[in-house]
Amino acid sequence: MIRVQAEDFDVGAELAALGNANKKIGAITSFVGLVRDLSDGADVAAMTLEHYPGMTEAALQEIEAEARRRWQLEDVLIVHRYGKLEPGDRIVLVAVASSHRGMAFDACHFLIDWLKTKAPFWKLEATPQGERWVEAKSDDDQAAARWAQKINKQ
Amino acid sequence: MKLNLVYFAWLKQSIGKGNETVDVPDSVTSVMQLRDWLRSQSGGHGEAFGKDAVLRAAVNKAIVSDDHTLKDGDEVAFFPPFTGG
Repeated sequence: MIRVQAEDFDVGAELAALGNANKKIGAITSFVGLVRDLSDGADVAAMTLEHYPGMTEAALQEIEAEARRRWQLEDVLIVHRYGKLEPGDRIVLVAVASSHRGMAFDACHFLIDWLKTKAPFWKLEATPQGERWVEAKSDDDQAAARWAQKINKQ
Repeated sequence: MKLNLVYFAWLKQSIGKGNETVDVPDSVTSVMQLRDWLRSQSGGHGEAFGKDAVLRAAVNKAIVSDDHTLKDGDEVAFFPPFTGG
């Protein structure tokens, strides 16, 4: 399941609800992304996330579908926020439920790596020098590319 | 051919609006040709669609390549590479 929302989310409640008490689940992994107060050497007072309504949801659904093609997953949750956030605020939650931890760890890692390069979000940072749009990082492209050849259906 | 254009991030700021409807000449049939045509529409467009600008495009909310063929009524979005997560 995917959700795009302005509101914060409760990690504990989201993980507790994951899988809907499916007893095949033996492992749940999660990733939470937060707003840092330092980015490329500048202090960050706030970050505004813009997205492309409609395309964002479609892209996230496709990312989830790709993970389900690669691994046997019992449940997947992606929650991504938009709007104005401050340092320490949660940006994104990726959670995966599977029968075993290996698949859950790998799928969670894959999901956040792919999300960064394939979902239409853009970050605007407020710094003492003014506002600036965050530029895409080659590290993120490389992180996503690592998964390009891997088909890990287990 | 009429197209509904959508801009995001710094492109929206350069152009001064998030969307517009344009009626392009018959010579514009691909995303690349649309970019070339838009470049001359205003100073802001010239900045947004400059030769060095690293842009991506989506048609009807799906990522496309520069040689994608456009059709009347398409929603064409231009934006920089994604920085979510």
